[in-house]
Amino acid sequence: MSDILLDVQHLSHVFKLSKHLRLNAVDDVSFQMKKGEIFGLVGESGSGKSTVARCIMNIYQPTAGKILYNDINVCDRREFQKHHKMLEERRQIIFQDSTSSLNQRMKVADIIAEPMHIHRIKPPRGRLRAEAEFQLSYVGLDASYLDKYPAELSGGQRQRVAIARALSMEPELLVADEPIASLDVSIQAQIINLFKHCNKEHGFSILFIAHDLSMVEYLCDRVGVMYHGKLVEVAPTAELFSNPQHPYTQALLSAIPIPDPIVERNRKRMDFDEMTFEREGALTEVAPDHFVLRKEDRQ
Amino acid sequence: MDELLKIEHLSVGITSTAGKVQAVRDVSFKLHPGEVLAIVGESGCGKSILCKSIMKLLPKSAKIEGGKIYANGVDITDYSDKDMQKLRGKLFSFVFQDPMTALNPTIPIGKQIAEAILIHEPKLPKEEVYNRVIALMELVGIRQPHERYKLYPYNFSGGMRQRSVMAIALAANPKILLADEPTTALDVTIQAQILDLLKEIQVKLGTATILVSHDLGVVARAADRVAIMYAGKIVEIGTAEEIYYDPRHPYTWGLMQSLPALNKGKAELKTIPGMPPTLIDPPVGDAFACRNEYALEIDYHEQPPMFQISDTHFAATWLLDPRAPKITPPIGGKANV
Repeated sequence: MSDILLDVQHLSHVFKLSKHLRLNAVDDVSFQMKKGEIFGLVGESGSGKSTVARCIMNIYQPTAGKILYNDINVCDRREFQKHHKMLEERRQIIFQDSTSSLNQRMKVADIIAEPMHIHRIKPPRGRLRAEAEFQLSYVGLDASYLDKYPAELSGGQRQRVAIARALSMEPELLVADEPIASLDVSIQAQIINLFKHCNKEHGFSILFIAHDLSMVEYLCDRVGVMYHGKLVEVAPTAELFSNPQHPYTQALLSAIPIPDPIVERNRKRMDFDEMTFEREGALTEVAPDHFVLRKEDRQ
Repeated sequence: MDELLKIEHLSVGITSTAGKVQAVRDVSFKLHPGEVLAIVGESGCGKSILCKSIMKLLPKSAKIEGGKIYANGVDITDYSDKDMQKLRGKLFSFVFQDPMTALNPTIPIGKQIAEAILIHEPKLPKEEVYNRVIALMELVGIRQPHERYKLYPYNFSGGMRQRSVMAIALAANPKILLADEPTTALDVTIQAQILDLLKEIQVKLGTATILVSHDLGVVARAADRVAIMYAGKIVEIGTAEEIYYDPRHPYTWGLMQSLPALNKGKAELKTIPGMPPTLIDPPVGDAFACRNEYALEIDYHEQPPMFQISDTHFAATWLLDPRAPKITPPIGGKANV
């Protein structure tokens, strides 16, 4: 077995807005994720990050391209049907907005136990409730939350319930779509630590989607930068942050806030507003493992 | 007279079914003309309620229970709604968190800005109003204002909408701008622009700004002074340099340490254990004591007073008491950089 867990090849997704209007949300995106890797996907809103995540999770059927998960083409309906139980169990997603991704009318215990109930998995800790309690303690909430409804929880607590639900299946691939965007700094740190722990101790591979670059720099092994549906740069984290090649990546990095008033006040920032960046060409390798979208030279 | 806004021992309570929430407890600070004061704290620490109580935009269930608010030296604590209406917009105005809901989707942007001008000067001729709107749009960095005057909010991106909201807020030349998490709903790239814009406006118009945020990283560029709020109280206040380079309160240390920029290469991000206390029945002593690894015995019995560190730097922690044991702070200590 190869060590490539997820292989996205020339993925495109087009939304038909009306009869004539089409939106290329994702345009010819290719990347690979190794087993046990944390891959970060960054870009501004509307750049197609979430669409990629949803294609990987089979929520959207891509217009073109292939997604190989453990060498199974999940975009092919027949192949997906054949493996759907395995795929549904091994891949889990955490959505950005925990208010709408948790059922308002279910108690926390039932929310966490629902995937096990659906897949008829015998809970390792006896009863479903005991299992839910364990998962909840894992994300840092105690048993008193089991009988609460999502509306009674704060944003951070709700997001942790959503994470506990995903973790309860012990997935191989965890897709986290801006899981910390709406949380406080100190709670963000707790969730990030939790992801790191899951990755290290349990070997989860995580596709981490975010627009907060400082968190991505801290957490991820490799990072892909998206701009208007195109993947413009892929590189190992340290390489990307020290040696950004694509102008959009450079502009994005100049926007990260630094918690140091004197440094921050003297820093120059690029103006984004009416700026457009190159999005033509093909990914070329400029350094080992470092790919940048570039127009091929004519010579 | 030196300060634009002076808050003295302000307390705000909110009645709820579970009991009375003491959202703001004994808060005092001053705002000088032309400065940016950032108020930083976790959600639920009372920073929004504090802002709203300054503007008297509190919900019906909330009430100012004690303390005084002086604006321009005048006590406005007991002002009626009618009196406040004269001050809103002229003396202070508000920029809300979410530019998507703050604008009316059925009215063109230009008209919405004109509306704000006309409320304060109803007899202004049409031409004059139009010119003022264009000037405002240019001020907040909306390019091609003539073409964009007639566009609707849905034609605008998030950043542009937040700029329009700021144009509305600045319509009557307010002395104080209260910005309640103006960048939370925006992308990092746009967030940076809006913060720069706040700073620019402050330089151009001399407007004093209260910038509310939950992220210490975000306010570093814009803020002159920073106040750290926890459980309804200001626990530390000082100039940006003092707070970032020489923080004294354990909660400020915790906030700083949880920033990923300061944790490069470390295996784990430092977190603040536990949750903030509920303010329905706040603890007798220091509200932060049970999450504080440096907590002293006295923290559980008595609230610490504000200790003065320098002319501008104050912190409420017993660690600054001369009798307290000496500890080395985990970060900071770069007092004179």
